[in-house]
Amino acid sequence: MRGGEAIIESLKRMGVDIIFGYPGGQLIPFYDMLYDAEMDHILVRHEQCAAHAADGYARASGKVGVCIATSGPGATNLVTGIAAAYMDSSPIVAITGQVTSNLIGNDAFQEADIIGITMPITKHSYQPKDPDLIPSVIKSSFEIAGSGRPGPVLIDVPKEVQEKELSIFDDNMISTPGYNPTIKGNIKQIKKAKNLIKQSKKPLILAGGGVIISDATDELKQLSEMINAPVITSLLGKGVIDETDPMALGMLGMHGRKVANDSINKSDLLIAVGTRFSDRTTGKLEDFLPNTKVIHIDIDPAEIGKNVEVDLPIVGDAKNILSSLIDSLNDYESNYSAVKWSNSLKSMKNEFYPRYSYDDVPLKPQSVIKEIGDALTADSIVTTDVGQNQMWAAHFFDTQKPRKFISSGGLGTMGFGLPTAVGAKVACPDDPVLTITGDGGFLMVCQELSTIKEYDTPVIVAILENKTLGMVYQWQNLLYNKRYSQTILDKNPDFVKLSESFGINAERITQPGETKIAVKKAIKDNEPIVLDIVVDKNECLPMVPPGAGINEMLGEYKLEKDT
Amino acid sequence: MVNENHIISTLVENKPGVLQKIAGLFTRRGFNIESITVGESEVENLARMIIVVNGDKKTLEQVIKQLSKLVDVIKIKNLTSNAVQRELCLIKVNIADAKSRSEIIQYCDIFRAKIVDICEESLIIEFTGDIEKLDAFLKLLKGYGIKKLSRTGLTAMSRGI
Repeated sequence: MRGGEAIIESLKRMGVDIIFGYPGGQLIPFYDMLYDAEMDHILVRHEQCAAHAADGYARASGKVGVCIATSGPGATNLVTGIAAAYMDSSPIVAITGQVTSNLIGNDAFQEADIIGITMPITKHSYQPKDPDLIPSVIKSSFEIAGSGRPGPVLIDVPKEVQEKELSIFDDNMISTPGYNPTIKGNIKQIKKAKNLIKQSKKPLILAGGGVIISDATDELKQLSEMINAPVITSLLGKGVIDETDPMALGMLGMHGRKVANDSINKSDLLIAVGTRFSDRTTGKLEDFLPNTKVIHIDIDPAEIGKNVEVDLPIVGDAKNILSSLIDSLNDYESNYSAVKWSNSLKSMKNEFYPRYSYDDVPLKPQSVIKEIGDALTADSIVTTDVGQNQMWAAHFFDTQKPRKFISSGGLGTMGFGLPTAVGAKVACPDDPVLTITGDGGFLMVCQELSTIKEYDTPVIVAILENKTLGMVYQWQNLLYNKRYSQTILDKNPDFVKLSESFGINAERITQPGETKIAVKKAIKDNEPIVLDIVVDKNECLPMVPPGAGINEMLGEYKLEKDT
Repeated sequence: MVNENHIISTLVENKPGVLQKIAGLFTRRGFNIESITVGESEVENLARMIIVVNGDKKTLEQVIKQLSKLVDVIKIKNLTSNAVQRELCLIKVNIADAKSRSEIIQYCDIFRAKIVDICEESLIIEFTGDIEKLDAFLKLLKGYGIKKLSRTGLTAMSRGI
């Protein structure tokens, strides 16, 4: 067995049946061996999209996603995708070709120090110079990528290593004594948490993506109901709880729901689970939780106390800790104050539910999101791009299940929506997949329509076309004296014709009601489609201006209930 | 919170790229390295790094937690209190005349420094000790003119067990 074949065999043993990639000079041996192998391969049209697609695959399935690119430019094109996965703790294994070992360091053709370049954005990396190490390297990479706080691992394989014969296939040649993520929560800390919960009159839960990664959504709901603590989420926490549930108050943060932003500082106990208190979530730190006790549950000890001072840290896996906590609370008697508190928040949620019933033309993006939500099923996966489209989707769309809302939270990568939708669709072929994107982000990755065509991946692409780089435009409008520097996109191509040239059906939408019909039809037809939805240059409000406290929201939607 | 120097001892995998990973982590997170020394440890294939970092308590906590996340880092210990600390230093000092030469030799005796090379115009002193002692020694030598100074950075070991 040669090195390249060992890569494929090892991937298979890790349960991989599909990889996203793009060939190149230093990967020719690998691709030659792939030719006969039982391993599916999706040829993306830009390496960045291979990393994003692997990321989307990982987030939708909970499995490790795999992408592969050649040395030099192929490898550097992966960087944005690896960084996006790193920031959002998504498990991917990125394999890169490298120039032959004797040329490394000589500035050879298509050589780049990809290990060095990706060091700050990977959990770990390997460069096996002996083909015998390949099985162990791949096994170890999957273990590291998928366990603890997940993240990307990079494997850089010199060309000759792909070609050389292995003397033995042994996947236990590497040990990682320095890698021991804490899973079980400290019993003493859980006991202390129990006491804080018993004393609390206004408990609140803040749940992040860690709860989804840990598959702890049932436990979270159980705890929330047991102690009458309503749940607010971070962006990546969308789907932790069914957002149509009265106890789900929605997203917190710069573009959070009013009830979430207003209630957090009023709580007397915040149980934060699997979240890292990013600046977009907390607003000005000095004004965040001035009088609230905080329990922080996270698998990464470095996240505890990093941004927000914590009264009680519990390091470990969310599912493990939450179920221990629930067990320890078996004698919990519901207290009147907490019931009253959660009831008041439930009614506040209704009172401040976003108004959607716009009939305006040009369409209001908020109403388009509402129509999309009405057309999709609870099992549908929504991926977003970054900017206004993302925040409209996060704010106005109710996610009902975990792993059904996929968005670039930490890195905020434009061009993320379309390739991650491809990855998600590959992971979950039976669930409808729709990406909400903007004209800016779509144009960054529109070449992937070619991938969608080739593999007949039935992704619904909803472009909210407002002919601006909307989020920056909005900041310029609100904070920079309406000086619209480089944010007007009035020379957009005709997205319908563009899509049709790729052989993909497309439709331009301008009237209320059309989006819902088109999305429903697309789900039924199970074919890829691009919807060019012409929307108003509308602001994404309410919003917490940069530097302000989390409850100082700017602008309001009309306070009418959903019609 | 006050900024202080903290000494951290880390046991790491002795392989290429580890120093770069650790140095990169410090740069990326904005931690200040005062000094870093690396060498083999008592365990085969593991190296010991002694890192002196400047910052407040919160920074120190983050440094230790972030270092622990690196797969190549096996063990971390804060040595700031109760540790033997030493630094080795080579100092090339000017010799103006016979008087200053004998003075320097006397200072070396007092500070238990060794003269390892000597010529007409200068001599090289090897000094080992803790930082306060070294600083005091250098202050005395300054008047004669220090031509070259080469310090290894601090190494340290916990006292007792």
